[in-house]
Amino acid sequence: MAMIELKDVSKWYGSFQVLNGCTTSVEKGEVIVVCGPSGSGKSTLIKVVNALEPFQKGTIHVDGISVSDPKTDLPKLRSRVGMVFQHFELFPHLTITENLTLGQIKVLKRSEEEAKTRGLKYLDRVGLIEQKDKFPGQLSGGQQQRVAIARALSMDPICMLFDEPTSALDPEMINEVLDVMVGLAKEGMTMMVVTHEMGFARKVANRVIFMDRGQIVEDASKDDFFGKPRSERAQQFLAKILHN
Amino acid sequence: MKYNWNWGILWQTSIDGQNTWIMMLIHGLGWTLFAALCAGVIALLLGSVIGVVRTTDHKWLVRLGNAYVELFRNIPLLVQLFLWFFVIPELLPKAFGSAIKQMPPPWGSFVPAVIGLGLFTAARVAEQVRAGIQSLPRGQRMAGTALGLTQAQTYRHVLLPMAFRIIMPPLTSETMNLIKNTSVALTIGLVELTAAARSMQEFTFQVFEAFTAATVIYIIVNLVVVNLLRWLEKSVAVPGFIGPAAVGGGGH
Amino acid sequence: MGSFDFDVIARSLGYLFREGMVFTLTLTALAAVGGIVFGTLLAMMRLSSFKWLSLAATGYVNLMRSIPLLLVIFWFYFLVPYIGAWLTGAARPIHVGAFASSVITFTMFEAAYYSEIMRAGIQSIPRGQVWAGYALGLNYWQTMGTVVLPQAFRNMIPILLTQTIILFQDTSLVYVLSITDFLGAASKVAQRDSRLVEMYLFAALVYFIVSFGLSLLVKRLQQKIAIVR
Ligand SMILES: Nc1ncnc2c1ncn2[C@@H]1O[C@H](COP(=O)(O)OP(=O)(O)OP(=O)(O)O)[C@@H](O)[C@H]1O
Ligand SMILES: [Mg+2]
Repeated sequence: MAMIELKDVSKWYGSFQVLNGCTTSVEKGEVIVVCGPSGSGKSTLIKVVNALEPFQKGTIHVDGISVSDPKTDLPKLRSRVGMVFQHFELFPHLTITENLTLGQIKVLKRSEEEAKTRGLKYLDRVGLIEQKDKFPGQLSGGQQQRVAIARALSMDPICMLFDEPTSALDPEMINEVLDVMVGLAKEGMTMMVVTHEMGFARKVANRVIFMDRGQIVEDASKDDFFGKPRSERAQQFLAKILHN
Repeated sequence: MKYNWNWGILWQTSIDGQNTWIMMLIHGLGWTLFAALCAGVIALLLGSVIGVVRTTDHKWLVRLGNAYVELFRNIPLLVQLFLWFFVIPELLPKAFGSAIKQMPPPWGSFVPAVIGLGLFTAARVAEQVRAGIQSLPRGQRMAGTALGLTQAQTYRHVLLPMAFRIIMPPLTSETMNLIKNTSVALTIGLVELTAAARSMQEFTFQVFEAFTAATVIYIIVNLVVVNLLRWLEKSVAVPGFIGPAAVGGGGH
Repeated sequence: MGSFDFDVIARSLGYLFREGMVFTLTLTALAAVGGIVFGTLLAMMRLSSFKWLSLAATGYVNLMRSIPLLLVIFWFYFLVPYIGAWLTGAARPIHVGAFASSVITFTMFEAAYYSEIMRAGIQSIPRGQVWAGYALGLNYWQTMGTVVLPQAFRNMIPILLTQTIILFQDTSLVYVLSITDFLGAASKVAQRDSRLVEMYLFAALVYFIVSFGLSLLVKRLQQKIAIVR
């Protein structure tokens, strides 16, 4: 059984169709990179996976549980799916430690102490243990994003979603975040990553999905994708971003 | 438990022996609107002057303007009306003071009410005008000066025309506040809409008919005034100009 | 000009402050807390995706904002006894004290204004913060309570305080119910001793000092917050 399974998913904002019959799946331990031009629906695709956005047609299952079934305990499901955002979305009014423990205490009902121990373990892992008492606003973008990854990891997720985790970062900070992500991939974490960092895709991706105007135009193994994409749009897109 | 509704009361003759209660309320509305109009004129004129003065670089004029705003903003309107009604006539020369006190009703309440409401609202208008002028790009003032306009001309032809358009939305809500605030004048004896409803309640004991009628009238006035001012706002709008986000204004 | 007797103020200070000002400040504090709590709920209702909830809250806020506070005071003064009877099942309107009646009135009225402030505060929090809360598995109330409202409230503290200064001044309107708030006390002394000039000038001065003092504090706070950001 696939970890994440989308079948014929369509979504509209009013009369505007953002997702058009998207079908794909992510196996346990797989790393999938999603790319495509701006506005093609990548963020939306990521958000429907843990029901941050509703969709009108099709089905999505995460670990066998339907996301759109009204009987599904969404908070519980979401607590098992880690998510990392383009703009970090750390909670600015909470310290780094509090950011790491909030979900563990409120959702997983862990004791404060246990939550702190686990949170700090992951903070150490992303190399930021000495920042534990600071507020998010006192950290650099790259540091904030690493904290955000540690926050997601503290929930012991069964898979992780990333929405352009490095595109709001200054170039010199991109690698510190990518390094953490590569480490995760190598440990066997199931990951669905929206990114234009083709170096990352080459290094760890199993498959690459190319989206355009709400459709999954290409869904190929890494080698096939970088070797000879079938669609012209994907070729043009690759040429453009590899050129830069 | 039961309340005896009697909407027919509105069409029964009121205590004055001639008019129906509904006419009494509409009469009250007339005084509400008239007082608000007079006070509004004072507030707009005085408030604009003070607001402008606060954006000039005459240090003591700015301070004076600021002092005015702080003074009138930090004393409750009710207390201000008491000052105009009870206190000021005593502080004026005797002949003048008693002339004021002997004004026939309703002018004896109306005049202090209009002065009090006008000066109170002027402080709020001044604050909006200042914020409106200061929200304009600095370059506008410099461009005016660079053309050789005097400071007065720059204000008249460059800054104020845009500033007033920008502050139309907050001025609309100030207008509504003014109309509502007019009710405070009932404490010094002006029989405006709320006072009329109150006296209807006292004489007929039909509490909720009286207040519901007044409430409905206020809502209608609200809708009419807001739409009128919105229409005015649109008709003076400058094509292609999207103002900076409206200047915030709290309060009632 | 008549002769003034400012001694009357000194003689009545105890009454003015221990009775009048205590009432005014208690009423202000209770109505501020109640108004902010109820106002926050109204704001959440207005922003909710349940259409009828949002419509009801919008209707309430617009109604309160289109009629004068004095009319609201009269409304509640007569309405609260009926509502009380309805809630308790009594046969006749129950007696509600002047204090309780004013607290209810001002809470309900100010809630409409506080709710507009809180709504702006909530809307100023980026959507991503809500997503991040949900993505952690927090439910609606947890996301609101631990992520959105603390930030919205903190951003809005200066404006909430400014509104509370207005509330402090507005409480003087309970004068129309012959309640002994600060202005009521001053007015009673003024009538008793025929010292209107002295008492009303003094009342104005006290209101000014309190309101102006608080507004300076708010300004200082605002600058401090601006630096932290
Ligand atoms: N709340 C919304 N209401 C209406 N349209 C929306 C909304 N959110 C997104 N869209 C539209 O949906 C389309 C897809 O948006 P999405 O954010 O998924 O694109 P994306 O592929 O992530 O683009 P980017 O690379 O810029 O992040 C865009 O055209 C966008 O304008
Ligand atoms: Mg996106």
